[in-house]
This record gives sequence, structure tokens and C-alpha cells, in this order.
Amino acid sequence: MSTDPDTGAVPLAAGYLRDTGAHPPMDYPGYRSTALRHPKRPLHLLPHLLTEVTGPLLGEGRIGETDNDLTRQHEGEPQGQRIIVHGQVRDGDGSPIPRTLIEIWQANAGGRYRHTGDNWPCPLDPNFTGVGRTLTDEQGRYRFTTIRPGAYPWKNHDNAWRPAHIHFSLFGRAFTQRLVTQMYFPGDPLFFQDPMWNSIPDEKARERLLARFDYAATEPEWALAYEWDIVLRGRESTVFESEVDDE
Amino acid sequence: MNAPGATTPSQTVGPYLHIGLPWPDGPFALAEGTEGGFWIRGTLYDGAQAPITDGLIETWQADPEGRFDHPDDARGARAWPAFRGFGRSATDERGGFGVYTLKPGGVPGTGGAMQAPHIDVSVFARGMLNRTVTRIYFPDEAEANAADPVLSAVPEPERATLIARPAEDGYRFDIRLQGEDETVFFDI
Repeated sequence: MSTDPDTGAVPLAAGYLRDTGAHPPMDYPGYRSTALRHPKRPLHLLPHLLTEVTGPLLGEGRIGETDNDLTRQHEGEPQGQRIIVHGQVRDGDGSPIPRTLIEIWQANAGGRYRHTGDNWPCPLDPNFTGVGRTLTDEQGRYRFTTIRPGAYPWKNHDNAWRPAHIHFSLFGRAFTQRLVTQMYFPGDPLFFQDPMWNSIPDEKARERLLARFDYAATEPEWALAYEWDIVLRGRESTVFESEVDDE
Repeated sequence: MNAPGATTPSQTVGPYLHIGLPWPDGPFALAEGTEGGFWIRGTLYDGAQAPITDGLIETWQADPEGRFDHPDDARGARAWPAFRGFGRSATDERGGFGVYTLKPGGVPGTGGAMQAPHIDVSVFARGMLNRTVTRIYFPDEAEANAADPVLSAVPEPERATLIARPAEDGYRFDIRLQGEDETVFFDI
């Protein structure tokens, strides 16, 4: 694309599909902390103009050698079961998203975060920080080696426990594609009482947060493996300037 | 396997995002001390007007010529090589955040119309199942702001919540998730 030589007008790339229905509502009484932390006034529709269809392309020079292997960031081996987590990042059209920064953070094998605010009485692991990052390759693929995180209690409701999960943060290629989410493990018995899992209205959408046990990717006598694909918002069909003008 | 088109749902960053997301250079969209650089500082408040200490703000904006360092900006590469356009600041123990940046130029909108200089903002925190999105506009751009298609679509009384205030080292932009002065948030 180039600018119009006569008018200097900038052609706009197509916007991104609105994915209403996939995400949880901002106000979800089952998750108590949403009460004071969701906008009460209706949101205003933001058209997808240049600021929204572009976004930071990060990562170059930001990834260290052991950033995608959370088991090699300290002198010793962390406690717990070593796992490989891998998958592909695509957009809603099925196209892989290459060179996008993925950041993860998680609790240790006992369910404790290396955070001063986490006082659940389970030992910290001196050999586990629980933080990783990587860039997807040209096919949108990523891979982490880490430790399977434990479940932990929290104070949302009586006898509340978070299912084991890994936090994921992705940028995509546009401001509209930015996503922070959590990956869960299949067969976890704690979903029924977890408000974050249950906040997603559509059961099929909920299941998109579940990793798949991947026997083929396990490493003999070393690590179990899970595959988890992530889908960011897809593009609208191409918008022509004349249509935009008519808005 | 997920079918194409089925977006992965959002989840909260939780209370411990500070171990994973902040970067030492996160608040600096450009190197400190660069000519024209200034701070945008603010506080993130919840519905009880209490500061949110486990939040994170991200900003994305054009350079001073209104260009984006991105293939979908058809005008080509930016003219400000030291400028990242992206800022990330975790909130501190008083709910404060800050991004050191440059003032964006006007950005093309639709049909040859220009948008006023603005910064897109994402807000993340424990208790937020999805990010919220807002925009920062500048107080010294009255004419451009009046012509801005996004700002003019917001009812007049609420518009002020999108306009930063002048401050000693730049601008101040507080974000209120609820309350009488609730910040205007956008559905993107």
C-alpha cells in the first residue's frame, strides 16, 4: 500500500473482527474483585483506525538465552514435573502470527508465586522464578519448557482454589489483537468452582483455554508435553476508501 | 485443535502480574532526556476511589509526525528511530504509573479527516477479566480535539476524562474505573 499521490490520503488497512461472545464480561459477581473494577457506563465504539490496526512489534533483543526454559534460569533444577508447552499462534482467519512476543508467568509446583504478596504457606522454590518469554517463529509456533504449576487457595469464596494455570500475554500485530489469558490443564477437578473459568459465557470458548496432553511431544525420561494453540482476532474483509468515506 | 476464527478468551492478569510483565525499560517509549520527551503520569483508581496497586498500563501511539512503525502504516518507516511508540508501566504502591514519551502528531482518520494527537491505552489489573481501553488527548489541542471523530462522538460532559492535564514534567492522566468521573472506555 502507498499513499495517494494526489490527495496524500492514507489507505486504511481493514479493521479487526469484533469477537463479542468469546470473552468474559467485565462485571462477573462470582469473581468478587470485578465489583469495583469494571466500567459502569456503556463503552463507546472505537473505529479501527491506524492506531488500532497497528501495534508494537516487540521482541528483538528482548529474549535471553534461557527465557523460554524456566527450568534453566537458576543453578539447580526446580522442584516438580517438567513439562513442555508448545503450540501455534494464529489469527481468526487461520493465518499464523510470526515474530510475536509471548510472555508467561506462573506459580511453582506447589502453587506459590515468587511474589511478595503471595503468602500461601507452601515453600518457595529457590530454583524457580516462574517467568518466561519467547517469540513465535515464522509459522507462529512457540515452545516453553517449565514446571507444571500447582493449584492454590485464594479468598474469593469459601474453600476457593484456582485450577493449575499458566498466564499468557500476547501482542499480536495490532493494538486490537492484544490478549492476556490463562492456559489450563485437561482433567483439572477444580473448574466447577473457579469463577475465572466460569466467567466465560460459552462452554466451547472456555474449552479453548484447555491445553491438550501431547504424548508425541513428550521427551523420554525427561518431560511431559502439552499443546496449546492460541487464536487472536482476525481481520475484517478489505475496506475500500470509498466505503469508509460513506460512513 | 481450535477452529480458525474462534478467538481465545481473555482472562485476568491476576494479582501477581508484577513478576512477569514489567520491564526495566517499559515506561520509556524513548530514552530519558531526549529532546521533546515528557512524562505522562497518573493514578489508577477503583470504584471506591482507592488506588489500584496491582495494575498495569500500556500505551501505543504515533510518532510526532503521526506515523506508526508498522507495516500497516502505508506511509513507510517512521522518522524517529529512537522512538518505540509503546510504553508499559506497572502501578506502584500508590496506584501510580508513568510513561516517558513524545507527543504524537495528528493521525489520519477516514475520508481524509485527521484525528487529533492521541495515545491508545490498555488497562490491566486483578479483578479485570479483560483489559479496558481508553485514549489520552492533549489539552493544548483544542481545535484538533474539537474536530476529532472519536472524541466528538463522546458526550460533552464525559469528554474531559479523556484529556490529560498539564503537569510540571509533562501531563497528568488519572484513570477511574468507576464513579462520578468514570473515565470513558472504548469497545474495540
